[in-house]
Amino acid sequence: MAERIYLYPIWLRLWHAINALMFLVLLATGLSMQYSSPDLPLIRFDLAVQFHNISGLIVSFNYLIFLAGNIATKNGRYYRLQLATLYKELTIQLEYYLIGVFKKRPAPYPVSKDRKFNPLQKFTYVATMYGMMPVIIVTGLALLFPEFIIEKVFQSSGIFLTAFLHTIVGFMLSMFLVIHIYFSTMGSSPTSNFKSMVNGYQEPH
Amino acid sequence: MLLLLLIFSVSASAQLLVDMEAEPAGIESNQTCFECHTNQIYSYENDWTGEIERKAMNPNFILDSTAFHQGVHRHFACTDCHSPDYESFPHPSEARLEPMYSCIDCHGGDDTYAQYQFELIEEEFSKSVHATHNDENFDCWMCHDPHAYKAMTRGNFKITEIVQNHNQTCISCHNDPIQFKLVSDSLRPDLAVVHDFIPNYNLHLKSVRCIECHTSQEDTMWVAHQILEKDLAVKKCVDCHSSNTMLMASLYKYQNLEARQDGFLNAVILNNSYVIGANRNYIFNIISIVLFGFALLAIAIHVYFRFKNR
Repeated sequence: MAERIYLYPIWLRLWHAINALMFLVLLATGLSMQYSSPDLPLIRFDLAVQFHNISGLIVSFNYLIFLAGNIATKNGRYYRLQLATLYKELTIQLEYYLIGVFKKRPAPYPVSKDRKFNPLQKFTYVATMYGMMPVIIVTGLALLFPEFIIEKVFQSSGIFLTAFLHTIVGFMLSMFLVIHIYFSTMGSSPTSNFKSMVNGYQEPH
Repeated sequence: MLLLLLIFSVSASAQLLVDMEAEPAGIESNQTCFECHTNQIYSYENDWTGEIERKAMNPNFILDSTAFHQGVHRHFACTDCHSPDYESFPHPSEARLEPMYSCIDCHGGDDTYAQYQFELIEEEFSKSVHATHNDENFDCWMCHDPHAYKAMTRGNFKITEIVQNHNQTCISCHNDPIQFKLVSDSLRPDLAVVHDFIPNYNLHLKSVRCIECHTSQEDTMWVAHQILEKDLAVKKCVDCHSSNTMLMASLYKYQNLEARQDGFLNAVILNNSYVIGANRNYIFNIISIVLFGFALLAIAIHVYFRFKNR
């Protein structure tokens, strides 16, 4: 039996835990504000605004920790995409998830000390952390300080466009969250990956 | 739908009767008055000494002639409303005691002005705190200056300009210690302090009018005038921040109605401003539900095959 690998250092697990918790708060309060109604209030509007603002600021600060951690430690290398082989690797991994996994084939890109993420994971994590997160943080901070937003962009309210972008990316991130949680059940056992994010050890597949 | 029809029936008649393009009719006859009353300093020849004397004009009697010509009473001669006694100088002291006309004195009971709802305004005002907490000296001119009155909601003004103009009417007293003292001996509350429960108060002040929350809003009323007791003001965020936002029946009813029917839910707000919870894009709502449904369905199918092939 293969060895357990210590892949998730304490700073990363703490970062991940804070992110996870704040994501849930942001999702609940964000949905509550977007679909606010006098008849069916999920969370009271003013409280939702306050919690959304506070958890948004925590996530933004947490993102800086993620960036700093990726620069200061070797964790950053897991996020480097090899564009030349990306398409081929993505296809292989997707085929594994769609067919291979049901035929008990071995994972094409098993987790190792040098490869924390499979190609599909790496691609979505890069898109999320370096694409969507900066957009949602910048638009969120802009909405928190709306005096900095350009008033009119092509006859439309600048605040509206910023909020629209914030909502779309927020929706995409919530989709990521659901899929991320589901794929987390695909470790050596349905709960092994969740345990990994607590104890830091990746179970062999 | 009923609300839209009501709004439409009110807005259809929301046109201005005044010709804002033509040269002001009273421009020549008013010139004599404007010579002194548009300046901080006026001069006149003292009949006794024969010398030209320069005096400071009482700030309350200084008129902005540009604003006058942009206002709805731009074609009036000064003496249409003021006593002809003012045509002589020095003005006779009794002239100062002349009673002022109120809006209803000229506009009431006349079908020509029916669309402006002066009777309704009078009725609403009589029930407002401004009327019930003050004597009859609190008249239209406390808030509206007939010399520079612009029909903001009936012209081509943007929502932000309407908001700024209407809020300035309230703020000019409620944020000014001297003006406030003219009508009240009570302690003037600091507006920012009493509104500190509103997130981003300054942005609210720029985006919506005081009367949105502080009046009784009736669909049939073009501009609400029944200012409520402060305890009755709207304090529930969701009254505005929801798809059925009450702003559609107040501030946003001044917008072009066609904009509401462009395929976007609440498109009128969509194009011009943003209200959290009120701007919901119908198409994007559907797309997001479908995408989310697909994701859940794909997961369910995957789970099924995982169990089946266990």
